Amino acid sequence: MPLLDRHIAFVEALRTAGLPVSLAEDLDAVEAVTTLGLGDREGVRTAFAATLVKRQSHRASFDAVFDLFFPALLGSGASGGDRTQGAARPDAEGGSDVREARFDELGELREALVEAMAADDQEALLQLVRESVERLGAMPGRPRGMSSWSSYNTLQKLAPDTLVLRLAQALMAGTDDRGSRSEELAMVGAARRVDAVRRMVESDVRRRIAEEKDPEHVARTTLRPPLDQIAFTNARKSDIDEMRRQIYPLARRLAARLAKEQHARRRGPLDFRRTVRASVSTGGVPMVTHHRPRRPHRPELVVLCDVSGSVANFASFTLLLVYALREQFGKVRAFTFVDDVHEVTEEFVPGADLEETLTRLAASARHASLWGRTDYGRAFVQFREKYPDALGPKSSLLVLGDARSNYTDPRIATLRDMVDASRHAWWLNPEARRQWDTGDSSAREYGEVVPMVECRNLTQLTEFVHDLV
Amino acid sequence: MLCRLYAEPVTSWFDSPTDAAKRLHDAGYLADQATATTTYLAGALEKPLLVEGPAGVGKTELAKAVARATGADLVRLQCYEGLDEARALYEWNYKKQLLRIQATGADQAWEQTHDDIFTEEFLLTRPLLTAIRREEPTVLLVDEVDKTDVEVEGLLLEVLSDFQVTIPELGTVAAVRRPFVVLTSNATRELSEAVKRRCLFLHLDYPDAQREKAIVVSQVPGVDDALAGRLVEVVAQLRELELKKAPSIAESVDWARTLIALEVERLDDETVDATLGVLLKHASDHDKALKALRTPRR
Repeated sequence: MPLLDRHIAFVEALRTAGLPVSLAEDLDAVEAVTTLGLGDREGVRTAFAATLVKRQSHRASFDAVFDLFFPALLGSGASGGDRTQGAARPDAEGGSDVREARFDELGELREALVEAMAADDQEALLQLVRESVERLGAMPGRPRGMSSWSSYNTLQKLAPDTLVLRLAQALMAGTDDRGSRSEELAMVGAARRVDAVRRMVESDVRRRIAEEKDPEHVARTTLRPPLDQIAFTNARKSDIDEMRRQIYPLARRLAARLAKEQHARRRGPLDFRRTVRASVSTGGVPMVTHHRPRRPHRPELVVLCDVSGSVANFASFTLLLVYALREQFGKVRAFTFVDDVHEVTEEFVPGADLEETLTRLAASARHASLWGRTDYGRAFVQFREKYPDALGPKSSLLVLGDARSNYTDPRIATLRDMVDASRHAWWLNPEARRQWDTGDSSAREYGEVVPMVECRNLTQLTEFVHDLV
Repeated sequence: MLCRLYAEPVTSWFDSPTDAAKRLHDAGYLADQATATTTYLAGALEKPLLVEGPAGVGKTELAKAVARATGADLVRLQCYEGLDEARALYEWNYKKQLLRIQATGADQAWEQTHDDIFTEEFLLTRPLLTAIRREEPTVLLVDEVDKTDVEVEGLLLEVLSDFQVTIPELGTVAAVRRPFVVLTSNATRELSEAVKRRCLFLHLDYPDAQREKAIVVSQVPGVDDALAGRLVEVVAQLRELELKKAPSIAESVDWARTLIALEVERLDDETVDATLGVLLKHASDHDKALKALRTPRR
């Protein structure tokens, strides 16, 4: 493929992956790469990143696409390696042959991985990952058109969970030039490094598949969308961790935006007395008008969230975001339910640590469940009975959940009562709109009583919270 | 396009990424490969450089280092909410104009006076205009650009894309020599696509252990190698925890200075407890870090 076509396909793939790349940026990229030359792969990556990626949250997607279109090596590095890596290849080639012989046991390979991770040696890690995929991920003999590499197979055999423990022990022990760590720090560090290795394996498998099929196809089918567009309902554990890290920056950005908008709308109705008084100094002509400051509107919020397994992540994120923004609200009360209702307002301490708060929330979820089967109708009735004073004319009601009530009586009348008792009401549903009303979902019935909003990812959640304030 | 045919003064800021890295290093800024390459590109393509990243990783310092490394002068525009044209670009000196009008006799025609008071003499240049009109090499630093209002971004657009400013009374002032523009942002607000499109983007993150150690050693005279290594290690471990505000390079350097002032030679548990406040600025972070550092070893 000629270089220019490759570049254009690359930019197309970036757009498919959700990066807004304009034509002007495309031209800049070509100019930058031409200026820099193609000698150094990392240099090319930097040049593309500087001109095409203007938001750090897109960086992971960019790196994945870049690795597909401009792979560091072909196959296991034996053929065509000199084209991409220059003179350094022959040695490395010889080296990998030697290593091939060295690790005839799986155990030795894993041991070497742990060692490299403990020393945080990225070069060695990359080599080892390539070798693991080569040896453990191959699925020979599959028909043409099916991919013959599997990250699942590789990871199954490497068993990352036991690697975490081994690595944690290695980190706790420490060495001469590296101090020992406490248990908690060792576990945190080990989990993070093993997760990085997992991503390296996935990326290496993608690279190998892209050699057999075309990179565009692989980019389209295997790349995950940027973090703020990942749906809550099918986020992985690592995504969840990353999202939690994003909550505070997100809340801060949102608060800054809200403050700006409120400043812009600060001028209220004319203050007649002050205007007349000020006009005395200009001979009775009201040159400058004075206005009353507008009273800030601070809604009181009552959040009612379904914390059953399927939507628990969504509920906790929304709660955290609401609490991170609590200065914007007059008062916030939070309740969780599965088939019973439990108040969790107390769990949110100002300035507390997010991880801890989430743990406490999860622990309190069992108070909300009697039989463990989601029952919206029962939860609403219980809520009215236990907390009759929660809803008032000033409060806004927010229900979070997928409206899947296991075919029980939805108790529409109770919900209508609750909606009537409060000033505003919304229902946030983490499912895609086209899945509403399928199976045991009573989305339409509830939707007639209270406006139901689709809220699948961080972007939609942020927009909703912004509009709420 | 025609005007580009005329001899534009050739400003070469850096010769190559390696040259950029070396000269920044000599100026006291240890840049990694990505930073050096992007800085070189910003100079070679004459495009503004937008630097984003957490507080205290050396965004502003990069601009200062570029100025030091190239022998250019630094013109700084600090952004804040409510910054307007008169503070960023230029302003007419009203008082002086008024004096001028009062000083002229009644015999002078209005047209004459009018032409007189809108001249260079009565113009107060602000950072953006200053940077454009300078003939010597200039680094223009627009600091914390995310703090400004959206209107100021519009103002920046003309300056950043064409390096020219239009003053109604004087005409268009084009840059004699294009400045090296660095914009920094903490990402409290998304900048508009129009501004981002015109810039090269660089995200500065916490450095790896090796580079951070080198930075600490170079910034803090008198810190010994082993202590710096241990210090950087602890900081790296703390960053792996989920903290509200992870310690940045600036905080590592402060910590090293504190330890030097206390004449500490070895970093033991008590010293860490006593001086953790230099690194972590939230009470909940403090508690969490102490708990994590002190879990009993098996």
